[in-house]
Amino acid sequence: MGIAGSFGGRGALREAETESSAKGKYVIALAGNPNVGKSTIFNALTGMNQHTGNWPGKTVGMATGEFRGRGGVYSLVDIPGTYSLMAHSPEEEIARNFICFGEHDAVVVVCDATCLERNVNLVLQTLEITDKVVVCVNLLDEAKRKGIRVDIPLLEKKLGVPVVGTSANKKGTLEGLKRAIESIARSDDELVCDSERDMGRERYIAHKSKRMIGGKSDFAFASDISATTSDVADEHESDIAISTSDIITECTAASARDIAADASDIAAFALDISASTSDTVAATLDATIEASPERATARTVYPKAIRDAVEMCVPALESTGVGFPSEWLALRLLEGDTALLDEIARSEGINVRDSAIVESVDEAKKLLASRGIDERSFKDMVVSALVLCAEDVCLDVVHTDRENYNALDRRLDRLLLGRVTAYPFMLALLALILWFTISGANFLSDYLSGVLFFIQDRLADAFHAAHAPEWACGFFAFGVYRVLAWVVSVMLPPMAVFFPFFTLLEDVGYLPRVAFNLDRQFQRCNACGKQALTMCMGFGCNAAGVVGGRIIDSPRERLIAIITNSFVPCNGRFPAIISIITMFFAIGGGISGGIISAVGLTAAILVGILMTFAVSRLLSHTLLRGVGSSFTLELPPYRRPQIARIIVRSLFDRTLFVLGRAVCVAAPAGALIWLLANVNIGDVSVLSHLSSFLDPLGRLMGLDGVILIAFILGFPANEIVIPIIVMAYTATGTLADIGSLDALRELFISNGWSTLTAVNMIIFTLMHWPCSTTCLTIYKETKSLKWTAVSVLVPTLIGACVCIVFTAISRIFI
Amino acid sequence: MELCDVNTGDRVRIKRLNTDASIRRRLLDIGLIPGTEVECVAVGPQGDPLAFCVRGAVIAIRKRDCKNISVEHGR
Repeated sequence: MGIAGSFGGRGALREAETESSAKGKYVIALAGNPNVGKSTIFNALTGMNQHTGNWPGKTVGMATGEFRGRGGVYSLVDIPGTYSLMAHSPEEEIARNFICFGEHDAVVVVCDATCLERNVNLVLQTLEITDKVVVCVNLLDEAKRKGIRVDIPLLEKKLGVPVVGTSANKKGTLEGLKRAIESIARSDDELVCDSERDMGRERYIAHKSKRMIGGKSDFAFASDISATTSDVADEHESDIAISTSDIITECTAASARDIAADASDIAAFALDISASTSDTVAATLDATIEASPERATARTVYPKAIRDAVEMCVPALESTGVGFPSEWLALRLLEGDTALLDEIARSEGINVRDSAIVESVDEAKKLLASRGIDERSFKDMVVSALVLCAEDVCLDVVHTDRENYNALDRRLDRLLLGRVTAYPFMLALLALILWFTISGANFLSDYLSGVLFFIQDRLADAFHAAHAPEWACGFFAFGVYRVLAWVVSVMLPPMAVFFPFFTLLEDVGYLPRVAFNLDRQFQRCNACGKQALTMCMGFGCNAAGVVGGRIIDSPRERLIAIITNSFVPCNGRFPAIISIITMFFAIGGGISGGIISAVGLTAAILVGILMTFAVSRLLSHTLLRGVGSSFTLELPPYRRPQIARIIVRSLFDRTLFVLGRAVCVAAPAGALIWLLANVNIGDVSVLSHLSSFLDPLGRLMGLDGVILIAFILGFPANEIVIPIIVMAYTATGTLADIGSLDALRELFISNGWSTLTAVNMIIFTLMHWPCSTTCLTIYKETKSLKWTAVSVLVPTLIGACVCIVFTAISRIFI
Repeated sequence: MELCDVNTGDRVRIKRLNTDASIRRRLLDIGLIPGTEVECVAVGPQGDPLAFCVRGAVIAIRKRDCKNISVEHGR
C-alpha cells in the first residue's frame, strides 16, 4: 500500500536527542491520553517559545518548545495523545517510540482528573519503562465542578513518583509542575532539593540513598535513612544551601501569584500544603517500608502464570545489557509485538532474536501454553492486569460526590447527537459560523483594503516623484505590492474570524461529535469515522488535515482520508469563494447579502463534503478496495472554552502562520505575473500567449485561459488565485480602482464573466489540485509518488469534469 | 445478549470480547475488560454508532463491533 510503518515525527525525535546531549539542556516528554489538555499545558509552560504551532483537532506530529528552569533549559516535546504504549496507529507508534527510545530526562504523563482510572493505565505502562516520571493530574477545576475529588498526596504515595495537580488555565498551578519536572530531570546530575512539593526533598534523598545501599532489608534501611541523609547532605552541602534559598523565593513567588490569581483557591492550596507537610515524614517512611527494596514506584502485578513466564526470559535478556527493564522487554517478547522488537533492534542495536533470548522466550511460551494461555489470551491478561491495577490505584484516590455528575453533558448530547436534532444543528452551526465569518470579514476587509490601496497610490506617487522609470513603478507598486495588499485585505479577515470560531468548537469538544454524527455515512463508504475529524482540520489547512490522517489506524482508510482531504476548502480557498459569492450572488450587501453569502458558502462546502463521501466510496470500490475497519472514538466531556486563549492561539498560531506563508508566495507571484503581463513576445505579452493557449480548455470548463493560469500559478498558495486574475485583467487594460468588490465585479464582467463563470470558478476552487505544501505533505505521509499523484489527479479530474458537464448542461438550457 | 442490543440509559456488564485482534486491544486499553460495567449514553442520529460511558470516559463504538461483545444486565 506504500505506507511505511513509521510516519514522520523522527525529525523532532532526533532534534530532541541532540539537544539533550548539550549540558544544561533537559528533554522532557509530555505524554498522555488524547483530550486531557496536554497541549494546553504545553502552551502554558512554553509560552511563545515553540517550534511548531498546533492545529485544531490535535497535536500534529511532535511540537517542541522550551522553558527556562533551574539548572538550564527544559525542552518540552509534546507527543501525540495515546491510550497505551502498545501502538495501534502510526501516531501512537510515534508516541510509544519517543517514550521508549527518545533520550528524554523525564516523562510527564498528563492525566484527566475526571476519568483518572484510564489515565493511570498509561502511567503504569510508562513506569514499567522508566521511573523518571512526573504525573500531572490536569483539569482539577473541571473535576471539582463535577464533584470529583482527587486525593493527590495519596496518589503520589501509591504511584511512588511526584504527582502534581493542575488546572491548566490557572497559571499558578503550573509552578508545582515545573518544580517537579526540574527535580526529576536533574535527579541523575546532582542532588536537588525539591520545591514547595512537600515531601519531595526527603523522599528524593531517601530514594537516592536507597539506590546507594541497594538490597538492605526494609526496616534496617528505614532506620538508616537519617544517617544516609546527613551523608548525602554533607556531600552536597553547598548545593542544598543554594537550592534551599531558591526554593524559598520561588515558593513565596508562586504562592503570592496563586493568591493574587484566585482567592478562592487559597484555602485548598493551604490545606494541600499542610496536609502534605504533616504527611511528609510518615509518607517517607511508609514509602520506603512498603515499597520493594529495589524499586519505589508502583508496578503492575501480573497473574502468576505471566510472572513465571517473564522470570524465565529475564536472565537471557539481562545478559545482553539491554537499556530497558528486562521484565518489560520480556512481556513485549512474549506478546510478539514485532514492530516494537524491530524498533528496539534498530535504535538500541540489540538483537532480540539472539538465540539465547529466542530459546528462553520459546520455553516461556511453552510454559504458558501448558497452562492454557495462548498469545491472544496472554495479551488480554496483560492489559487486564494493567486496567485492574489502575482501578486499584484509583480506588481510594478518587471520590465522587454525586453519581450523575455528567447529567449536563448527557442532556447536551441528546440535543447534539439526537436523531432529529443532530444534523440540523450541525448545518445551522456551520452556516452561522460562516455568516459571522463573512460579516466580520467584510467589515475588516473594507477597512484594510481602504488603507492598503491608499498606500498603493501613495507608493505610485512616490515613484513618480522620484522620477523612477515607469516599469519600476509598475513592477513594485502594481505588481508586488498590489498582490500583497490583496492577499492581506481579502484573505486575512476571514481567517482572523474563522479560526477562533473553529478553535472554539474544538475547545468545547464538539468536533469529535461531528465525527460521531457522520460516522454512519463514512461507514457506508467503507471509510473511517475519524475521517470527519481530518476533514474538519482541512477547513483550517489541508496539509494539517493530511497529517491528521495519522489518527486513522487502517492504512487503507488513511489513504482515503488523505486523497479526499482537498475537497474541503481550506482557509486559503474559502475567502476566494466568499468574494465570488459576494460579488455575483449577494449583490447589494447588507444583512440579506450576508445571509445569501453564508448560505451560498455553506452550500459550496456541502458540495465538497458530498464529494468527499462520493470519492471515498469510489476509492473503496476501486483503487483502495476493502471494508471499513473497527475503531473507537472518544467523545470528551463538554468543556468551558477559554476565550482569551482561543483568540491569542488562533491569531498567532494559525492566522499569522497561514498569512505569512501566503505573503511569502504572493510577493514573488506578483512580480512574476507583472512580468508575464508586461514582457512582450512579438506584439503580445507572454501572459496573453499563455492564456490564449489555455483558453479553449478554459472555455470548455466555463472559465477562461487567464483563470486557468491563475490556478496554475496559485499552486504554491491558493490565496493568490484571485489577485492573479485581477492582475492579469488590469495589467493590459486601463487601471481600474479595484479597492471594492463592486469595482472588481465590473472588472470581471467586462472580461466576459457571467454567473456561469462564477459558479464554475467556485467549483474549480473547491476541486482542483492541492497546493504545493499539501502535495509535499502527502508525499511525506504516504512515502509514495503514486499516491501523491493520485491525490493530485483525483480532485483535478473531478473538478474539470464537473465544470465541463455543468457548463455543457447550462449552455443547453440557457 | 450483545452490546449492540442496548438502548440509551441501559447499564450492562461486559462478559466476553469476541472481536478480532485489531480492535480487541484497543477496547481493552480503554478499560473494557470482562466484568466492567458500561452505560449506553447515546446512539448516533442514524442508529449507529453507539456511545458508552466506560470508566468515566465516553467512547463510541460501531454497531458492527458491538455485535461481538457479549454483555449481561448490570445492577
